Amino acid sequence: MTIKQTLNSVCVWIDSTALSQAIQNAPWVVPTVQTVHILAIAALMASMLMINLRLAGVVGRDQPLARVSGRFSPVIWWMLPLLLISGIFLIIGEPARALKNNIFQIKMLLVISAIFVTWFATSPLKKSPAHWDSRAGLATLVALISVSLWVAIIFAGRWIAYF
Amino acid sequence: MNIDSLLKSLEAFEFATAIREGEVLFPWLESIHVLAIVLVVGSIAIVDLRLLGWASRDRPVGTLTAEVLPITWMAFVVALITGALMFCAKAMIYGHNTYFLLKMGFLVLAGCNMLFFNRFSHKNVGTWGAPGSAVPQAAKVAGGLSLLLWVFIVVFGRWIGFTT
Repeated sequence: MTIKQTLNSVCVWIDSTALSQAIQNAPWVVPTVQTVHILAIAALMASMLMINLRLAGVVGRDQPLARVSGRFSPVIWWMLPLLLISGIFLIIGEPARALKNNIFQIKMLLVISAIFVTWFATSPLKKSPAHWDSRAGLATLVALISVSLWVAIIFAGRWIAYF
Repeated sequence: MNIDSLLKSLEAFEFATAIREGEVLFPWLESIHVLAIVLVVGSIAIVDLRLLGWASRDRPVGTLTAEVLPITWMAFVVALITGALMFCAKAMIYGHNTYFLLKMGFLVLAGCNMLFFNRFSHKNVGTWGAPGSAVPQAAKVAGGLSLLLWVFIVVFGRWIGFTT
């Protein structure tokens, strides 16, 4: 079987499950879960931006980066599982709309990259709070990449509906 | 001039027709709108949670609002422009959509809440905003209300997409 055929049969199988049928038969579920998904990404985006603006030295320079990261990183790590769970619900409700969609596939690659960059930026701060102080140029670059990736994820999320 | 003819004249603008009939303009506007509203809600929640005393308690309220609210305002302007453009493109549909009208109503309420907060509570923020100081009851209420109103604005916004 080719990848495409496998993906097809996976979609057909998900579609036939009781949970998928239940989601499809209750029209309020998808918009409700999408709303939760958006509120979670709102919390993540604002936290991500606060960390990256400090990382690039644009905002909040009166407090150490480690403190900003300590305040906002946990929000990101808590929102990710919530986004994953709500996202999986949406996939189960409309498997073909997501899994077979090129934009969705790109979005998943972007998510993995964004998580890696966020981890790369924030995890060294726990053991060495001054980690980025001597690497200002790289810090700005990392912040820029991180913001761009998360913004691209939002755009991809909206564009899934159009492909 | 009644409302419907006003809505129709909005739809008749050249840019409105272009957005409505083009393949890609609408999704681009939607994407920017989502990005903007996500930043509005997320950033204002940082301030609201501080007012409620649930987060950022080690940061003076005045300092926090000075660094966060510019993000909120910039994102709000972007959301307003993209929203207005999308509205003009389908003015008759949105103008008669209950969830759209509810969203606008709650936006006005959120604006009033903010005006009251700025007028009465925020003035003495230097005194009560310090870490460890008690946030006045009125400011706590403003923070809680703001959080609630914005959540509803997102809810109504998402429901517009399923009812138009």
